[in-house]
Amino acid sequence: MREIIIISGKGGTGKTSLTGAFAHLAGGQIICDLDVDAPDLHLLLKPSRERQEEFYSGHEAKIDPGKCDGCGVCASLCQFGAIREKGSGYAVDLLRCEGCKVCVAFCPAEAIGFPEKHCGQWYISATRFGPLVHAQLFPGAENSGRLVMVLKQQARELAKAQGADLVLCDGAPGIGCPVISSLSGAHLAVAVTEPTPSGRHDLERVAELCGHFQIPLAVIINKYDLNPEETSRIAGFCRGRSYPVAGRLPHDLSVTEAMVQGLVVTELPETAFSLGLKRAWSRIRELAGLGCQGQAAASL
Amino acid sequence: MIVAVASGKGGTGKTTVTASLATVWDGPLVAVDLDVEEPNLHLFLQPAISGSQTAHMPVPLVDESRCTYCGACSDLCQFKAISVMGQLVLTFPEMCHGCGGCLAVCPEKALSPGQRELGEISWGRVGQVVFLSGRLRIGEAMSPPLMRRVKAKLEQMLPANGGDAIIDAPPGVSCPAVNAVIDSDVVLLVTEPTPFGFYDFQLAWEAFSPLGKPLAAVINRAGLGHDAVYRFCREKGLPILAEIPYDRSIAEAYARGRIITEVSAGLRENFISLRDKLRDLARPGPSGKAVHA
Repeated sequence: MREIIIISGKGGTGKTSLTGAFAHLAGGQIICDLDVDAPDLHLLLKPSRERQEEFYSGHEAKIDPGKCDGCGVCASLCQFGAIREKGSGYAVDLLRCEGCKVCVAFCPAEAIGFPEKHCGQWYISATRFGPLVHAQLFPGAENSGRLVMVLKQQARELAKAQGADLVLCDGAPGIGCPVISSLSGAHLAVAVTEPTPSGRHDLERVAELCGHFQIPLAVIINKYDLNPEETSRIAGFCRGRSYPVAGRLPHDLSVTEAMVQGLVVTELPETAFSLGLKRAWSRIRELAGLGCQGQAAASL
Repeated sequence: MIVAVASGKGGTGKTTVTASLATVWDGPLVAVDLDVEEPNLHLFLQPAISGSQTAHMPVPLVDESRCTYCGACSDLCQFKAISVMGQLVLTFPEMCHGCGGCLAVCPEKALSPGQRELGEISWGRVGQVVFLSGRLRIGEAMSPPLMRRVKAKLEQMLPANGGDAIIDAPPGVSCPAVNAVIDSDVVLLVTEPTPFGFYDFQLAWEAFSPLGKPLAAVINRAGLGHDAVYRFCREKGLPILAEIPYDRSIAEAYARGRIITEVSAGLRENFISLRDKLRDLARPGPSGKAVHA
């Protein structure tokens, strides 16, 4: 079983649109949306939920105003500025609370509770391209590498149970906690970039992150025709670092058209974009060590 | 007035809007890049950098000669950053949130603050605009600690009587994005009228409206996609302060690192009007109370 994760550094380069199309081309494999903060893959795959679980992570401090005597020890210890004066006592600003328990442990009046934090939900769903493991953090919750790990674990178990040979993951933008968690154990990361100053800059950082964790990286240059010179610079960067460029895809509004219809772009009539995307997918399969495309996709 | 430019979905044009507003600002301004994972504002503003510093966070250092292995530190730590096993105490500095609990709880004073490098803070100037940015160290998982340090630097830079700042926030609606907008006076959400843009815009509205700050929208790539975001804004009473039309020539100019207010006079007018509307939005409400908490 192989695990491929689509990332980008910069947001909005086309990760999710490409992942959706790859899920279509892969046919019947396990699909996993690891952008638990702002997930969008479900908008293309229209999942029907088969299992729903609550996600709890960490705790949060809550001051009982009836017990608080206003001594202020909590506020003086809190490193996150999460404790504010309120009336004659104090209250916790939950958006700033990191759940470290320091105020709870040191409150002389034992006025601070420490309930578990309900951060979101995760799901296993059926889609027309195969099972989807996905989640939704509650807006404003702590973004969670832990939730990413839960999803990956579920996806791996599902792949094992169903004899799937691929887990295809849509990642989050950035290089922080959720992206680091999503890289762990991946056989191949595919970075989707665009020929813009931000696209190249962010690709370089995400490539360095993959290097840091020793995850092999391939690159797709999306919207390559928006700036051919920048595309050459990105290709040069990839050559210099031996990152294979699995595809160059033109700027094409059919991606948005497909999205509006709740479809992936390979379900629309063929364009230069979808053709390039199919070639990119064969190359990615090879790079991930998946060998020849199986029966399911050959019938497409 | 502090304006936070946020989005939900990535790649909707936060940095474009931030840079464009900076070029038309009519007074002293600090332009702040708080997307510390992938900071891009400098690529468009191209400031002359005049200073930088490495940012650190305190993590526990163990003095084994004083440690009695009582385990009070590991009992308190919620992040598995310190662990006592028999006659062995192990620290995992990359897991530490810097709460200082272990240092405070240790009865033997066997712990002292060490350092974990978070990244770099740099600052400079472009024309009349002061530039400030954070850049997360590659491999560092937590962005909020560095963001808090950038915001502390911003506080030093702003004059005591206020002053203006525009914050380029990270994408998403979880802790890094909330951290970026939490100290602002106005939150400006940049979206695009596509299904992805709209879905994430609703998440952003859910995450940020409880902050009780004025919220407003900018629609980028107007003309693409569908009209759901317009309907949503009408229903929620969320003002749309500007629209940037979808136009391949704008996308190409952006791809060449140009600030779009310099591409056409019409777009520049758009952003001047956006600036004025933001000022109106941040004005003290009818109660006479300042909007800023």
